[in-house]
Amino acid sequence: MQAITKLTGPILVLEQENIDTDQIIPARFLTATDFDGIGDHLFADWRLDANGEPKPGHVLNEPRARRSPILVGGHNFGCGSSREHAPHALLGFGFRVVISSQIADIFRNNSQNVGLLPVVLEADQHAALMQMDGEEITVDLEQCNVVVKTADGVEHCWPFSIDPFARHCLMRGLDRFEFLNRAEDAIVAFEENR
Amino acid sequence: MSAAESLFDKLWNSHLVQAQSESTPAIIYIDLHLVHEVTSPQGFDLLREKGIGVRRPERTLATLDHSTPTLPPDANGKRPYYTEQAHRQVQTLRDNCKEYGIELHDWDSPYRGIVHVMGPEMGATQPGMTIVCGDSHTSTHGAFGALAFGIGTTEVGHVLAKQCLLQSKPKSMRINVNGRLPENVTAKDLALNIIRYLGMNGGTGFVIEYAGEAVRSLDMEGRMTLCNLTIEAGARAGMIAPDETTINYLRGRPKAPQGEDFEQAASCWLQLASDEGAVFDNEMTLEASIMRPSITYGTDPGMSLDIGEPVPRAVSKSHEKALQYMGFQGGQQMNERNVDVVFIGSCTNGRLSDLRAAANVLSGRRVAEHVRMLVVPGSESVRRQAESEGLHEIFSTAGAEWRLPGCSMCLAMNGDLVAAGETAVSTSNRNFEGRQGSGSRTLLASPETAAASAVMGRVAGVADLQSLENS
Repeated sequence: MQAITKLTGPILVLEQENIDTDQIIPARFLTATDFDGIGDHLFADWRLDANGEPKPGHVLNEPRARRSPILVGGHNFGCGSSREHAPHALLGFGFRVVISSQIADIFRNNSQNVGLLPVVLEADQHAALMQMDGEEITVDLEQCNVVVKTADGVEHCWPFSIDPFARHCLMRGLDRFEFLNRAEDAIVAFEENR
Repeated sequence: MSAAESLFDKLWNSHLVQAQSESTPAIIYIDLHLVHEVTSPQGFDLLREKGIGVRRPERTLATLDHSTPTLPPDANGKRPYYTEQAHRQVQTLRDNCKEYGIELHDWDSPYRGIVHVMGPEMGATQPGMTIVCGDSHTSTHGAFGALAFGIGTTEVGHVLAKQCLLQSKPKSMRINVNGRLPENVTAKDLALNIIRYLGMNGGTGFVIEYAGEAVRSLDMEGRMTLCNLTIEAGARAGMIAPDETTINYLRGRPKAPQGEDFEQAASCWLQLASDEGAVFDNEMTLEASIMRPSITYGTDPGMSLDIGEPVPRAVSKSHEKALQYMGFQGGQQMNERNVDVVFIGSCTNGRLSDLRAAANVLSGRRVAEHVRMLVVPGSESVRRQAESEGLHEIFSTAGAEWRLPGCSMCLAMNGDLVAAGETAVSTSNRNFEGRQGSGSRTLLASPETAAASAVMGRVAGVADLQSLENS
């Protein structure tokens, strides 16, 4: 898992609210037994036609899409199924951070487990960001803030909160399993005392 | 005396291996880990990578459901898998279960079924348990007073390896549903009403306990339907306190305790109900008697209306996009919409009572000429019982296809598809864009409504069917 501390880059905005995991990665791409190449199927039904060719005019098919490390989505991002294929597909496509005003529980957990940073901003900040498609912003996990310079030259610094353990692991690229593994004595004791 | 605890508090506290701290999540013990072919392969890879085994194979139960064909094998015994990759995925689970000593309900098992149908049927799902599965509809098992929720594949690996999960404690919500549901209003309608009220994200961050007379009056299959759909309001887990209905359902099931052990367990289970004075982060009360048979019109399960109401006018860009996708105009009557496909099945509504309800509507009637109707039992047990009651003949006579158990058209990854532009009335759980196939349009409803729509060939409730026939 690649560590993530501070990331600067252009944002890509998907205005739609309630972007569910079936949109992020449709079920027909879930039959593989690994996650290799799954990024090619990201948002397949939005982005690709029936023959798998890119639909002209879709923002995700613009050359900049693969160069934008930060995806900003509408409210309630990642709702629906528990498929971890969703954050893997986003990572595979090139995103490292997803920003919304609400992120679904299972998707958020899955993202943190695989190294995709989920960021939840206040509604008005999120709304402002939704109007800044293509602008460069900085997401700083160390400081837990998003820094944005608006067109009129004003710099905004918007704080976000994140589970401290998730932050710790994401910043160091740590596998959470090791924490669980170190609790072996407690697990044995629990099993013996039942 | 200790502080009053909710059902959720009791389950959380009794499974704490290590408490949550300011900088680390809690470690909770998992009593039952359900496994299927789609979200497990990379979880087993974690074991190989770490060179370890499955910690508690006896607490792990596997089935084939998501990518399995629902048509029978050919003359040579070859099953019609949608893709070779789907077949390989099934074989991978078979290999993993063999290697790690996990009980798998394969094609030859009399119990094989959708993971959330099979677990309860076998009595593997029990009150007071923590239950996880790499599937968001694991919330189903909360109907028994278990803490049950969906997890991702990394966590599947964690549970296989350590039988534990890292979790931060969610907030709690209690939804009281007072009064009785009117006749013809089902658990599915109740759930759609609740999701409409909460919105598809109103439960995010919460575990929901359902209470009140209308909930208590549901049988176990109805309770499972209600808890199943909890995730569609954004809450990972829904739960209902165990009572005599729960105990009577479980008595005699193969994996439940037997004899005196069962009676002892049952008396413990009855202690799990939320204490009087238990505190919830959010609590609300709804009235059952005003609820009506419902159907969705949009692209999330919160976008539903009472059958007979017009489609609402768009109030936002997203709403407008949903209506456009579905081919609806604000103000339009739903019953003008032709139906192409009807699907009865899934972990939401693929149980025996669901099939009986659909058969009851179809008996002596015919599916409209232009409608393709699939009936897919949730498990081999459901199939067996339905066939012993002759339900399959009612479906076949009416013109519906009677299939083999599996998830089938609910998520359409096994080749059971709704074509682009087609409208399906479906008893499943998600009406997302393309959920039942690229470009498919899904209307979620109860088995009764789905069957009535199949007969009428357009969106209809049972009452519409009856009033037409009586006129």
